[in-house]
Amino acid sequence: MLRLTRGAKIGLGAIVAVVLVFMYIPLSLVVLNSFNVARIATWPVTDFSLNWWVVAFTSEPIRAALLNSIVVGLGATAMALVLGTLTAFALQRYSFFGKQTVNLLVVLPIALPGIVTGVALSNTYNNLLEPIGIQIGYFGMIVAHATFCMVMVFNNVLARLRRMSPNLQEASMDLGAGLWQTFRIITFPQFRTAFVAGGLLAFALSFDEVVVTIFTAPPGVDTLPLWIMNQMARPNEASVVNVVATVIILASFIPVYVSQRLSRAEEED
Amino acid sequence: MTSTVPRVTPAEPGRVKTHGPGRVQPAGRNPLSTRLHRSPRLRLLGLLALPLTWLVGVYIFSLVMLLITAFWRTDPFTSKVIPGFTFDNFVRLVENPAYLSTSLRTLSIALLVTLLSVMFSIPLGIFMAKVASPWLRAFLAVAITLPLWAGYLVKILAMRITFTENGFFNSALEPLGLSGPGFSYTTVVLTLTYLWFPYMALPVYTAVRQIPANLFDASADLGARSWTTIRTVVVPLLKPAVIAGSIFTFSLSLGDYLAAKFVGGSTQMIGSVIASNINLNPPIAAAFSVVPIVFVLVYLFAVRKTGALERM
Repeated sequence: MLRLTRGAKIGLGAIVAVVLVFMYIPLSLVVLNSFNVARIATWPVTDFSLNWWVVAFTSEPIRAALLNSIVVGLGATAMALVLGTLTAFALQRYSFFGKQTVNLLVVLPIALPGIVTGVALSNTYNNLLEPIGIQIGYFGMIVAHATFCMVMVFNNVLARLRRMSPNLQEASMDLGAGLWQTFRIITFPQFRTAFVAGGLLAFALSFDEVVVTIFTAPPGVDTLPLWIMNQMARPNEASVVNVVATVIILASFIPVYVSQRLSRAEEED
Repeated sequence: MTSTVPRVTPAEPGRVKTHGPGRVQPAGRNPLSTRLHRSPRLRLLGLLALPLTWLVGVYIFSLVMLLITAFWRTDPFTSKVIPGFTFDNFVRLVENPAYLSTSLRTLSIALLVTLLSVMFSIPLGIFMAKVASPWLRAFLAVAITLPLWAGYLVKILAMRITFTENGFFNSALEPLGLSGPGFSYTTVVLTLTYLWFPYMALPVYTAVRQIPANLFDASADLGARSWTTIRTVVVPLLKPAVIAGSIFTFSLSLGDYLAAKFVGGSTQMIGSVIASNINLNPPIAAAFSVVPIVFVLVYLFAVRKTGALERM
């Protein structure tokens, strides 16, 4: 066990306290300001009302933006699940020339700055595909999201496959099951939690993404982050943004709860 | 006499029935499966065909096309892009003092963010893994993870409210006769640290937890005090985790421009220049987007040998 002096413990504790204060004061200010009567965020908040909550929940643009975010997130997650799982299997089960390169290739879309990915894809969509008559539009945004979401599924599934014993699959094949049947009955249940966790991360990543979306969203289409960004850029109705932001902060408890459950389920496995 | 042996209903002649979750097909029923089983090469091809088509055909193709645009030029009068081959755009990146200082500023921001994240992650990780009670540890794990999910723009908005002219931070400092950094370079560094800190803190915490306890005993037996043990035993063992975390803090900061836009005042980053030029002068924007790619690739290749990529 690491033996620390009293002073060292207090010093470490103080740093942790500073980190927590630094993390949570700004978020609390957002929550507080969502109840602010004033049109823009102020300090101190003197008058409270639920007015901006009513405005936010009846706002058509917010509803449309939320719907877009969900559609794009689900589409991108579905594609990322297929692509990420396929790649994870290839890299875990086989040794081949260029394996490291494939690994790098999967990581690249998230390692490179979002603006590079966004500008590169929008260049392809607008300057190469459009002139030859292909209007990729909404689908282009989903493709862009799936590209950087893939790595989330890939990492989770790969990590699980590495810990799985191949014996069960070999037994299944020896007993006459085909590849697909073995996958369905034996292999998939073993990495199901990692698959779900990867999908969850992919959806969250897509739901939160803004930079690539700026460049790949078709004109007039807002996702929720795009809507927030546009509101921040024109600050006359800033308090509605605080309501949406508060809802997002509250919603972040869901993935934290689910991931805790998943890791617990994993320990029991 | 009652038997405990389950009764087996006679199967139809010629058919095998099992009680498993699926029916086992007689071998050879599915020719595709059999062929795939015999040829690992074909299986690998089947697995990789779709992902590689996607990554190379869409992503790498787009990056290459963007790179090609960087060698084109823009007609100064008509603003039309003219295909060709010129290094002018890259020369301008270095010769134009505003562009050069933007690149260096962005690099310094990314390095500062990484440094700050490491400086706070290590004490936090040690505290969580070795000092905190199990209850406090679980609480802190959730407390560190939660902001990770709270939304990128939400956090920028939060920092904007905190550091604005008449905002919380300035009010809190006022009794001391001080004023905060406002919207500036400093606030960009703080905001980006705020955004990417969990990406460093979580791997570092996991790494501290995995250090075998007997190393600490050995260190103490050899006479090392707390800080000596942390400096000579703990910190060196955290290197892989710090590298894995720094890939995020460094590259995410390097490409960011919305923090600079919303809390940076007049602070420009590489992303700001790319975004403002993409419609007016695509070749210079393309040339500029090579800068963060080069920074990130150099970094990734430098750390690839450590196996940090696989921890991401």
